[in-house]
Amino acid sequence: MKTYAYFPGCSAETVSASYHLSAVETGAKLGVAFKEIEDWNCCGATPYTNIDELLANTLCARNLAIAERDHLDVVAPCNACYKNLYHANEHLKQDADLAEHLNFALEADELHYDGTLNVRHLIHVFVDDVGLDAVKKQVKHPLKGVKVAPYYGCQLVRPDRHDGYDPAGPRYFEDLLAAIGATPVGYPYRLRCCGASLMVANRRAALAMVRDLLRSAVQVQADVIATACPLCQLNLEAYQGDVNREFGTDYRVPVVYFTQLMGLAMGIAQKKLGIGTELIPPQKVLECVARKPAAAETSKTAKASHP
Amino acid sequence: METATSRVPSFADEITNEMYATGTRGLNCCIQCATCSAACPAVEFMDHTPRRLIAMINAGLRDEVLDSNSYWTCASCYACSEACPKGIKPSDLMYVLKRYSIWKNRYRSDLVGPEFSRLFVRTIARTGKSYEPGYAPAFIFEGGVKGMFREMQFGMKLLAKGRIPLLPSRIKRTENFRKMLSRIIPLDGIA
Repeated sequence: MKTYAYFPGCSAETVSASYHLSAVETGAKLGVAFKEIEDWNCCGATPYTNIDELLANTLCARNLAIAERDHLDVVAPCNACYKNLYHANEHLKQDADLAEHLNFALEADELHYDGTLNVRHLIHVFVDDVGLDAVKKQVKHPLKGVKVAPYYGCQLVRPDRHDGYDPAGPRYFEDLLAAIGATPVGYPYRLRCCGASLMVANRRAALAMVRDLLRSAVQVQADVIATACPLCQLNLEAYQGDVNREFGTDYRVPVVYFTQLMGLAMGIAQKKLGIGTELIPPQKVLECVARKPAAAETSKTAKASHP
Repeated sequence: METATSRVPSFADEITNEMYATGTRGLNCCIQCATCSAACPAVEFMDHTPRRLIAMINAGLRDEVLDSNSYWTCASCYACSEACPKGIKPSDLMYVLKRYSIWKNRYRSDLVGPEFSRLFVRTIARTGKSYEPGYAPAFIFEGGVKGMFREMQFGMKLLAKGRIPLLPSRIKRTENFRKMLSRIIPLDGIA
């Protein structure tokens, strides 16, 4: 079983516990173990960079240094955590002066980072390290007929990523959804921003950004939006009521994590995937999963009666 | 005999120096094509578009730039930076302006962004982890009692689904953590 150093991120303990649960469960089914980084701290999100860039990098360096003791590559399930850890890691590898400076700070916690690790996003681990063929093999209830809008968000693909993925026209999210039997729908806003922390800093701007995204997904008749980031999920799902109030719209689109869809397709119990904690239940998906075993039974009985 | 020529760096110099320090090209190579403004999903909520903001910095309009809401309305989605044909990263410019405005304590007083950022940084410096309900004061600041009430209602929905813990979580080695941060920046100013 391949093991990674896992960076859950602060929201895994709060609003996105279901992402955390479903990531660990689906990972286990696919032969991937996530070992939580011991005593990890916040990645700094965007506010740390708003105040001091060096301080922001220090937060990430501490997590990398702790992970390096186990010689395990770091996996982050959140776009913002991934972006911060990825760039801090690149800076530390390329800039010896910065590394010396940050290592002086790390000494205060008896840590040191040599720059030997890679930082990955959870979805990349499933798509590339596990591979779509292995994912397909585990699918028991293909999400047939469910139209899913893959939402990459911004910080998964931008900026300055040298992780081998096309920042302008990525396809891996669509491919992953197809691998679990769902129908990925194309829509123009799949790489556009969810508003992120503007939900605090400029509420109206963020709500307008969420509205645009929902409209874009609804226009192509998506049954559900799949995300790979806790902040995207929160903004797109939990603020739909505010969007409707602000703009007189009537959106009610379920927004779930791609790992929950994978888990459901693999036949993992809903509770283990945190299904039931969403504000807008993914009805179409749940119906599809509930229908499947019954259909299989009927075909078995049919076969039995006509030997 | 040589005479040392010195001049006070202009506002545009200060900003461009900061941008070089963060690893992006300076604003002097901007061709005003407005690709950044076209790529920005928040542009309609900004006093000045990113293109215009760059022109204003280059023209030395320090007060007008700092008093605008533009840079605190950036969501850090990096669409502009991917699109700029000259390799400028306008999203980094927005970060530079945010930091500059915090250092100089000079920003529009009706904005939530600066106070929220300070609160966030303080929270992490104390506990090592983020805890959403702790940011409630930022909402009071923004929407008064009504804003606070709105956020409470919102919080209750998530609480009912078990998505908000009642107590904040914290890292174990907070003392070392604070020592670590204070080797980078004096913490008395921020936490």
